[in-house]
Amino acid sequence: MHSSGQTLNGSEIFFECLRRENVEYIFGYPGGSLLKVYETLHDVKDIHHILVRHEQGATHMAEGYARATGKPGVVLVTSGPGATNTVTGIANAYMDSSPMVVFTGQVPSSLIGNDAFQEADIVGITRPITKHNFLVKDVRELAITIRKAFFLATTGRPGPVLVDMPKDILNSSCVFDFPETVDIRGFKPTFKCHINQVEKAAQKIAKAKRPLLYIGGGVISAEASEELRTLAIQQNIPVTMTLQGLGAFPGNHPLSMGMLGMHGTYWSNQAVNKCDLLIAVGARFDDRVTGKVDTFAPQAYKIHNDIDPTNVDKNIKVDLPIVGDAKNFLATLLEVMPENKENREPWLAEINAWRVQCPLTYSSEDDSLRTEFVIDEVSRQTSGNAVVVTDVGQHQMWTSQFYTFINPRSIITSGGLGTMGFGLPAAIGAAFGIKDRPVVLFCGDGGFMMNVQELVTAVHNKMPVKIFLINNSFLGMVRQWQELFHQEKYSFTDLGDSNPDFVKVAEAFGCKALKADNPESARLAITEALAYNDGPILVDFRVVKKDMVFPMVPAGGSISDMLLARLNPKTMV
Amino acid sequence: MKHIISVLVENKFGSLNRVAAMFSARGFNLESISIGETEDTEISRMTIVTRGEDQIISQVLKQLNRLVDTIKVTDLTRQPHVERELLLMTLKLSKTVQHEIFELITVFKGKVVDIKQKSITIEVIGSPDKINTTIDIFRPYGIKELARSGAVAIHRGE
Ligand SMILES: Cc1ncc(C[n+]2csc(CCOP(=O)(O)OP(=O)(O)O)c2C)c(N)n1
Ligand SMILES: [Mg+2]
Repeated sequence: MHSSGQTLNGSEIFFECLRRENVEYIFGYPGGSLLKVYETLHDVKDIHHILVRHEQGATHMAEGYARATGKPGVVLVTSGPGATNTVTGIANAYMDSSPMVVFTGQVPSSLIGNDAFQEADIVGITRPITKHNFLVKDVRELAITIRKAFFLATTGRPGPVLVDMPKDILNSSCVFDFPETVDIRGFKPTFKCHINQVEKAAQKIAKAKRPLLYIGGGVISAEASEELRTLAIQQNIPVTMTLQGLGAFPGNHPLSMGMLGMHGTYWSNQAVNKCDLLIAVGARFDDRVTGKVDTFAPQAYKIHNDIDPTNVDKNIKVDLPIVGDAKNFLATLLEVMPENKENREPWLAEINAWRVQCPLTYSSEDDSLRTEFVIDEVSRQTSGNAVVVTDVGQHQMWTSQFYTFINPRSIITSGGLGTMGFGLPAAIGAAFGIKDRPVVLFCGDGGFMMNVQELVTAVHNKMPVKIFLINNSFLGMVRQWQELFHQEKYSFTDLGDSNPDFVKVAEAFGCKALKADNPESARLAITEALAYNDGPILVDFRVVKKDMVFPMVPAGGSISDMLLARLNPKTMV
Repeated sequence: MKHIISVLVENKFGSLNRVAAMFSARGFNLESISIGETEDTEISRMTIVTRGEDQIISQVLKQLNRLVDTIKVTDLTRQPHVERELLLMTLKLSKTVQHEIFELITVFKGKVVDIKQKSITIEVIGSPDKINTTIDIFRPYGIKELARSGAVAIHRGE
C-alpha cells in the first residue's frame, strides 16, 4: 500500500484508489492499452482479478456480484473491442440500477480521434447507458475521477459509471493524492423525504380500506426491507412486488402477494384493479407492470416514493409524489403513522378469494418434467434461502412465480433490458460475493449459449454455482408469443435439431453435469447438485417443449384482461 | 406550449452532447439550443427552446437536472426574462428592390454587415418571434443564405 504524497504512475494510482474503495474483485480481460495496468497487477495481492472469457461476461459478473452484495461491481477491459463488448452489460446495469464501475483502456491521448488501432469512442457510445462517464485527460485527474466514479455509481439511484483511461495516462506519473471527500455540484440526490408529504401519506394510509403496497427493487437497494416488513405487518397491508422487488418482503408471509404485472399473480393484478390506495415504493411503473396505463389502478389514490425524481409522473400521473430514499420514507412513515387504522380484514378476505379462485398451479398428471416442478422443488430443497439468478425467458417468469423468495438480494435477474446471456456470468459474480448461501441459476437452453464461455471462469475458480438448465428445446418465451399471437408460426424458435448435448458441453469445460427427464430423477439431481460444492454443476432438465406461462397480460392490454389458461387463451377474465 | 429553459452546465467537453443526446434519446422536442461561457469560466449557460405539454416539460426539467454536469435548470417561460436571437441573412440585391430592402432593414432595426454588387448581408436581433417575422417579410426578395443563433435568454434583473 502506497500513501498519499508519493509519486506513482497511473497504473499504481489506479490500484491504490481501488484499494481505498475496498474493491475485492475485478472482473477483467487484458489488452494492449492496459499492459501497464496488468504489469502492476502482477504484484497486487489484495485485490483479486478474475479473468473472464468475454468482456460481456465481465459486466454481468460484476452486476451479479453487485446485486448479491450491494457493493459496486468493478470491470476492467481494454480499448476498442474490449470496450464495445461491455455495452450490453452496461445497458443492463443502467436499466436495473445496479452499481458498477467500468474501467476501459484507451489509445494514447495523442492518437484519440485518429481512428487509431483499437480505438472506439466508448465515452460517446456509452453516454446514454451510463449514469455518467469520464475520459481521463491528465494523470493528476485520475484519482479524483475514480473517487467520483464510485461515488456516483453508489449514491442515490445506483447505476453504471465508466472511466476511460488513455494508455499514456496510465504510464505517466504524479504525486498521489486520494481525496477523502468528493463534492459534485451538479449531483445532489434528495435522500430525506419531505415531512409534510410523508405525513400526508400516513393520513391516507390510515384511512384506506383497500391499500396495497407496490414494491420495487429500490427497496432492496436502499436496504429497507426491515422497515417495509414492519409497516406492512403493523398496518395489515398486502404487498405486491415487481420482478426486482421480490424478496423485499418475505414470500411466505400471508401478506405477500408475489409479483404483479404481465406474468404476475391473478390476485395481485386484481388487487391493483380494486385497491383504493396504491403505495409505490422504489418502483417505476414499468410497462410490463402497468399494461395499459389508463386502466392501471383506476380507483386508487396513488402515492409514489422514489429516489429518482424522473421516475415520478413519468408513465403514470400520481397523486402524492415523494422524492427520497426508500428507507428514509418507510422509517419516517412508521414514526408518523397514527394509531388508529381501518379494518382491513374484508379486503384481505377479498384478496384471498382471488387467490383461491386462480392459484398458481401446474399439471402434474403424467410423468413428464415441467419447469414449474423443477423450480418448486429447488425452492423447497433450499427453503427459499438460495441466491437465485435467472436468464431471460419463460423459465425466468416461472422462477418469479414458483420460487418463494424470503430475503432481499435473493433474485438476480435482467429485468429492464431483458438480456439473454445474463444468467451464467451473473451467477458466477454472485458466487464471488456470497459464500454462505447456495447460488442457483435457472437458465434457458437459448440463453445459456449466449455466454457459455464463462463456464471456464466458473470451473477455473471452482465457483459452486448450481446451473439448472431448463431445456425445453425452444426459445420458449418467443414460442409462446408465436402460439398466442402469431398464428402458431414457430419461426426460428425450435432449437431441437441444433442444440448441443449440454452434458457433454459442460464436461468438456470440466464442469460436472447431470441429466434429468422426469420428476423423480429431477428431484434426485437437485439434491445432488445442492450437495456438490467442489465447483459448478450443471443439470440438464429435459422439460416439456410446449408449456406456457400463465397468467399473462397481453402487451399493452389492461391488467383486468389477463389470460388465465392455455385452453381458451382468447377468454378474457 | 413553447418553453424557454436556461441551464447552467459544467464547462466541460461533452456537456452539450449529453444534453442534446438526452433530448433525442427521450424523444423530446428541441427547437433550438445555444451555449456559451458565463461570467464564471467554469460554467456555461445553455438556452433551450422546446415545446410540450406540462407533463412533458416537467420530465424535460427533471431529466436535465439528472445529468451530472448540469448545475442549475430554470424554466424561464413564466418568469420575467429577456430573450434574444441573432439572425444573419444574405439577400439578393438589385436596383429595383434596393430601396424597399433598405426601408425594411430600418423597420426591423437591422444592420447592414456586408454589401456586394449583387447581395447584401444584414443582421437582425430580436425575440425568436420577431426573427420569424423578419424572415417571412424578406423571403419574397430572395434569401440566398440564412443563419440563426437560436435563442439566448436571461432573467430580468431586480
Ligand atoms: C440478447 C437477447 N436476444 C433476444 C431476446 C429475445 N428473447 C426473449 S426470451 C427469448 C427466448 C429465450 O429462450 P430460452 O433461453 O431457451 O428460455 P425459455 O424462454 O425457453 O425459458 C428470446 C429469444 C432477448 N431477450 N435477449
Ligand atoms: Mg428454452
